[in-house]
Amino acid sequence: MNLLEIKNLKMDFGAGADALRAVDGVSLNIGVGETVCLVGESGCGKTVTALSIARLVPTPPANYVGGEILLNGRDVLKMSNGELRSIRGGVVSYVFQEPGASLNPVFRIGNQIKESLKLHRPDLGAPSTSSVRSDNQNHRVEPARGAPSRRKALDAEVIRLLKLVGIPAPESRIKNYPFEMSGGMQQRVMIAMALASEPKLLVADEPTTALDVTIQAQILELLHELKQRLGMAILLITHNLGIVGDMADRVAVMYAGQIVERAPAKELLRRPLHPYTKALINAVPKLAGGANRLSAIPGNVPRIGNFPPGCRFAPRCPIAKPECSEKIPELVGVEPRRFVRCPFYESK
Amino acid sequence: MAGGVILIVLYLVAIFAGFVAPYSYDRQDRDRFFHPPTSPRLSGFRLVVPRYEQLPGAFVYRAVADDTKPIHFFVHGGEYKLFGLIPATVHLFGTGDKNYPVYLLGTDQFGRDVLSRLLYGSQISLSIGVVGILLSFTFGMIIGGISGYFSGWTDTVIMRLCELIMSIPALYLIISLRATFPPGMSSPQVYAMIIIILSFIGWASMARVIRGMTLSLREQQFVLAARAMGQTHLKVIVRHILPNTFSYVIVAATLSVPYYILGEVVLSFLGVGIQEPSASWGNMLTAAQNTEYLRNYPWLLSPGAAIFITVLAFNFLGDGLRDAADTKS
Repeated sequence: MNLLEIKNLKMDFGAGADALRAVDGVSLNIGVGETVCLVGESGCGKTVTALSIARLVPTPPANYVGGEILLNGRDVLKMSNGELRSIRGGVVSYVFQEPGASLNPVFRIGNQIKESLKLHRPDLGAPSTSSVRSDNQNHRVEPARGAPSRRKALDAEVIRLLKLVGIPAPESRIKNYPFEMSGGMQQRVMIAMALASEPKLLVADEPTTALDVTIQAQILELLHELKQRLGMAILLITHNLGIVGDMADRVAVMYAGQIVERAPAKELLRRPLHPYTKALINAVPKLAGGANRLSAIPGNVPRIGNFPPGCRFAPRCPIAKPECSEKIPELVGVEPRRFVRCPFYESK
Repeated sequence: MAGGVILIVLYLVAIFAGFVAPYSYDRQDRDRFFHPPTSPRLSGFRLVVPRYEQLPGAFVYRAVADDTKPIHFFVHGGEYKLFGLIPATVHLFGTGDKNYPVYLLGTDQFGRDVLSRLLYGSQISLSIGVVGILLSFTFGMIIGGISGYFSGWTDTVIMRLCELIMSIPALYLIISLRATFPPGMSSPQVYAMIIIILSFIGWASMARVIRGMTLSLREQQFVLAARAMGQTHLKVIVRHILPNTFSYVIVAATLSVPYYILGEVVLSFLGVGIQEPSASWGNMLTAAQNTEYLRNYPWLLSPGAAIFITVLAFNFLGDGLRDAADTKS
């Protein structure tokens, strides 16, 4: 069974005549321990799709009009508030784009990690009932003795987590405020916070966009290593195709609220099928390519609510035909494990 | 920061009022109504106070030459309770002789020592500001936080309520609210009532500002991160949003304390606040309503000077804190 199965998700912003469809029939699944990349330009609906997994998009203004999001086989869209709170962090954790903005500026990082621990691992540091219970029936665990041991256990766990994400001298770092750390360190703290609740799925929403290139590589390396060690699945959202090859098992490419191509990562990079994917890959500068001009995709992403009829990429597509503007093509399986939303794709 | 130092001294003196004050707030000296302030003199190495003699037929006193008593420190005097608990008799200074009283700020129309009443009154007047601020700001922050965080109709309802409260002139509201409480309440009851009335008016402006700050803070990513962690709405407000407003709140609170002190003064001045014989700066000033008193016995205005100094000190402290909290300059 898949850990996460998004089936034909449709989400509007606003309601009635003014409704704008931000996510239009997205289907995606992630197996246990798998890394899936969601790639696309800014504003194509990647982030709201990802936030929907824990139903973090506020409703209203958002409005789920169709589809289901099965997390561990249960539909997130039908969950009560209490259940939602337990899956947030408990099953799926998030790491966001701006590490500096994701940490509360007025609290020490140690306490912020502890907040997650207290929420999701209340047993941590609590004396186990079997060893404490004595023959005396009136015997109770005195809170005065229990409290320091719990605090110690929490501290130890925070230090363990900080060590896990590669922060040097974590014992002294837990007393730091977020502004006392560099962006890369802050992102490591965010990852530690996300891991604190031992999630099965880590959603990383452009985790490296705000960081410089060397730190980017370190953070990605860290995510990859953590995935191997902890066996969790990762949904990595990015608009950087360079990351895809290193990290992902499978890739989904989004354009204007729809998935236009889904494929195993290596194959997609070697042999993209959809014209949009091809254009994206051509737009990546290559070291060996000499001093040619970079190829750009002409035009702009259509604004939400102002989508062209038919295929949404058609106005920018080099191989567009007149019939492309008539009907939205379906996402169809064309080869084993490969899906593409274009009837005229060229497999070469 | 001079304001801070002055305030620390004022509050320390208020806490130890029983010890610093030479007399009790309700001790009457029936032989010395409207006694003028005694001025201690240096005689040799000792401070001495003269004995005063009343001229017949009027509340006019004259110091008797060469009839003095030295001031002693840590003398035994009238019994009082330190912190309202520990019975004690030691006072900071005094002569220990009732014929040679030390009335540094004179006595009032009942022969009570103005300085002692000023010190006991500061316990009420100074604490009302702090307690009132704590109450109204806590209330205002939570209401404002909820209003800004949830927005929508919750926000509309709460904000209209705030505007309603703010649109009523404060003094009329205070007096009409006072009228809803029964007359003849004991001093602690009146004290609690004043705080409740002042806080009831004060929370609205705080709630509005906090609501505005929450509107921008809730869009911050750390709020989303806290939600993604599975935190409840209320905890997100209390633990993540409100602490980010503290730098503003501390400054605003410091600058607002004077309004609460003045509020108590106004109520007591109008005779609906702290009742005699309990002392507060406001009800001590009631005596100053009489112009004849003012002309002949100007020392009765000394609570006004105390209010002036306190309010100024709070404003200086608030300004200092604002500069310290403002990282942009």
